[in-house]
This record gives sequence, structure tokens and C-alpha cells, in this order.
Amino acid sequence: MLSVKHLLGIKELNTEDIGLIFKTADNFKQVLQRTIKKVPSLRDTTVANVFFENSTRTRLSFELAEKRLGADVVNFSASGSSVSKGETLIDTVKNILAMKVDMVVMRHAASGAPWFLANHINASIINAGDGTNEHPTQALLDAYSMREKVGDMKGKHITIIGDIMHSRVALSNIYCLNKLGAKVTVAGPPTLIPKHIESLGVRVEYNLKKALEWCDVANVLRIQLERQHKPLFSTLREYALYYGVNREMLDSLSKDIVIMHPGPINRGVEINSDVADSRQSIILDQVENGVAIRMAVIYLLSGKRESELAV
Amino acid sequence: MKTLLSNKQLDLTLHRLAHQLVENHINFKNTAVIGLQPRGIHLSGRIVQLLKKITGNKDIEYGKLDITFYRDDVHTSEIHVPSVTDIPFSIEGKKVVLIDDVLYTGRTIRSAMDALIDFGRPEKVELLVLIDRRFSRELPIHPDYTGYTVDTILTQKVIVYWEEKDGKDEVVLIDKV
Repeated sequence: MLSVKHLLGIKELNTEDIGLIFKTADNFKQVLQRTIKKVPSLRDTTVANVFFENSTRTRLSFELAEKRLGADVVNFSASGSSVSKGETLIDTVKNILAMKVDMVVMRHAASGAPWFLANHINASIINAGDGTNEHPTQALLDAYSMREKVGDMKGKHITIIGDIMHSRVALSNIYCLNKLGAKVTVAGPPTLIPKHIESLGVRVEYNLKKALEWCDVANVLRIQLERQHKPLFSTLREYALYYGVNREMLDSLSKDIVIMHPGPINRGVEINSDVADSRQSIILDQVENGVAIRMAVIYLLSGKRESELAV
Repeated sequence: MKTLLSNKQLDLTLHRLAHQLVENHINFKNTAVIGLQPRGIHLSGRIVQLLKKITGNKDIEYGKLDITFYRDDVHTSEIHVPSVTDIPFSIEGKKVVLIDDVLYTGRTIRSAMDALIDFGRPEKVELLVLIDRRFSRELPIHPDYTGYTVDTILTQKVIVYWEEKDGKDEVVLIDKV
């Protein structure tokens, strides 16, 4: 059993929870390799994917995970909905739940939105990304993919590169990797690294070459221009010059490191094609593992249901 | 606590079951054996060992099936953590012998048949159990090979101990408190 009723953030999970999710994901990964990639565990469950922010990968991945568990799925995206007519978050979700939905997967632009919702409704909530706070399933699938590639995470060196300031992936990754005993460095231009981030137990490195030389795995993040309301570096070209990961840089290192990226990729900015498409990159393994990890999370949260959903 | 099968009796029963299987499947050329996780695999392991000895066929196809994701009580009981499913061969067109230690309500076997069908269409499915708790069935399921039949009531529980896991071979009936 997980120690939590919702998956809001990695911060609230303990090491046993993460271990249990990984173990369950191993089983689902095996299911996904069969001809019939489906099990009927959740045939009596309905899941709503409520996306107040754009998403391709995460929404598709959740939807596939739900369908492969046999659940019924409804999708909601904020654009073109009653949200633009002024409906509040709680009202929107309560209306969805009134249609007898058992579980909500939510992405929202406001940090903390899933916690707020968890206080007001009874269904299980899975955070699919809230503002610049957490993206727990991404961190789980990242750590799962790393573990698959380099073994037990204890003592492994992981560098997270790029827009740390605006990245929920970075924060969830830091919590998750710390809990698994890995050592984490964040790297990027000083304007994109939040002050006092060392208090989370990570090292800070402003020199990309040094950061890469130190690590076993580099998780390269996207520059989130949509969240940068004031200029934090001069041009994308300048960013690419100093912090873009390219082949030349990787070849100059003393060992082969593993390259990851949560997507979507800005090719030629934070990562070059000759890196993203190389054999060192496990970007597509991450996507593949994402479905298994999400199946595990949904399955583990779907246990003993509240007899009465307070709507 | 009552002993249903002692070490010696269990050994005899296993040999009988193995011979009964050989009677029907001769050399196991087109038959696969599948043990149900987690508790049926000790029994299936022993049976397969005996079958190899009796038939001389060292390549009997043997798999393990976990039915956790096929249970019909995901929302009414505690969530179960799955064990490994390992079926490294095709069951398409084969005869399959499912093996579990105790047959009680029949729900596990129902789930197992669902799970099995997801791997292909077997020609025939048979069921072997060590202990058949008669008159407790909730589904129309009946074993083809039975080690020992016992009449029990709801408050009783059958426990099968295996040397490799529990340090002794024995089957006992206890009263739950």
C-alpha cells in the first residue's frame, strides 16, 4: 500500500512508496510487451484527465495508461470549456465528479492547485504538473529510466541542466533522486537557478563542462519561454552557446554519460540533434517507461474506494 | 490445528499427481505447465521436477502466472502487490495445466483463465490443485487433478508449508481467530 491517498508531489512520498511504484511498474512494463497490452484491473473505474494547461506527451501517456488498465476515460481541456465563462476550479471538478468519476488527473498552471483540490473533494487526485512546483510522475519515470540504465541510484551523480527556476520537473526530480540516495547537481545560467536551492541538498554549478564531467546521467530541461515574464538571458543563441549540450562537448568528456530530456525538445537550443538522437540518449525510453509508471501509480491509488464520494 | 498431509503423505500425493499428469499428457511435447503466483509455484516447481524425471523430457515448458491485475476485488480489498509473470513460450494451440496449491472459492482460477487467454488461445486448459476445499465454491470451477479433498467451514484456513520456503513439507488446517 502507498502511504498516500493522492499523488500530489514526490515531496510527500517515502522511499518505500517509490520502491513499490517501481516494482509495480516492472510488472506493467512486461504487460506492455505482450500482444494484448491490457489488463482488466480498473474495468469499474472512471478517470478524468483534467488539463488546464497544454500537454501532448503527459496527457497521451496518462490516457494510454488508464485505457490499458481497463478504465473508462474522459478528457477535459480548459480551452473551449466553461472555464472561459468564469467557472471556478472546484466547481469544474465537482461537476465532473458528479458524473461519477473516481479519479482525477490534473494539470494546472497554478502551483499548489492539486493540494487545494485535494482539500475539497474526495476522489483520488494525481498531479500531472502544477505551475512551477511539481510533476511527480515525470520524476518517477525519470528515476525509473535512470535506474534501468545505470543500476541502483544510491551514490549516482545526476546533473539537471537548464531552466531550473521554472521547472516542475527539476523540483520533483530533486526530491525523488534525493530520496533514492543519488547526488544531484543543478547547472545553468545564474539567472535561471533559484537562490537558496542548495537548501534542497543539491550542488550548483555554472560551468556546463564541469557539470557534465561530474555526472553519470544528465537530465536536460527545456527553456520555458512561456513562463519567463522578463528576459533572463540575452538570446537563445547565447544560451545554446554556453549551456546547449552538443556532441563535441560529450566527446570531450572522460566517460560516456546518459542523456535524458523530459520533452518537448527545443532542438539546437538546450540540446543538439546529434546528442538527442545518439545512442547515449534515453529520451524515447523515458516516454515508453512513462506509461508503465503511470499505470503503476493509478493502479496503486485505486485500492479501497471511499464508499461515498462527497460531491 | 489438524495435519491434513504429513511430509510422507505429501510426497506420495505429489508422485501420484505427477503420474496422473503423465497418463494424460504422455511426454509433454504439446503441454505446458503454469504455476500460479505466489503460492502455487512451489507446488508447480515440485511437479515439474517429477515430470522431468518420469518422462525423461528435460524441456517441459514451465511458466509462472501472476493474476493480481485480473482480480475482481480491486476496490473491495486491500491493493495487492504483483509477483512476476514469466511465460517464456507461446501457449497458442497447446494444452495448459494450471497449478495452484489450494482451491477455495474458485475466483483465483477465474482470474487465471482470463490472464492466460491474454497470452494466446490454448487448445485445452486443465486444473491441478493440491488441496480442494469442497463445497466452498463461488463459481462453477472444478479441478481435473486433486491431491486431497477436505470439507471446511468459513472460519478455517488451509496452510501449505514447503521445505524450500518454510523449512518443512506439511499441509495443516487451522481455525482462524
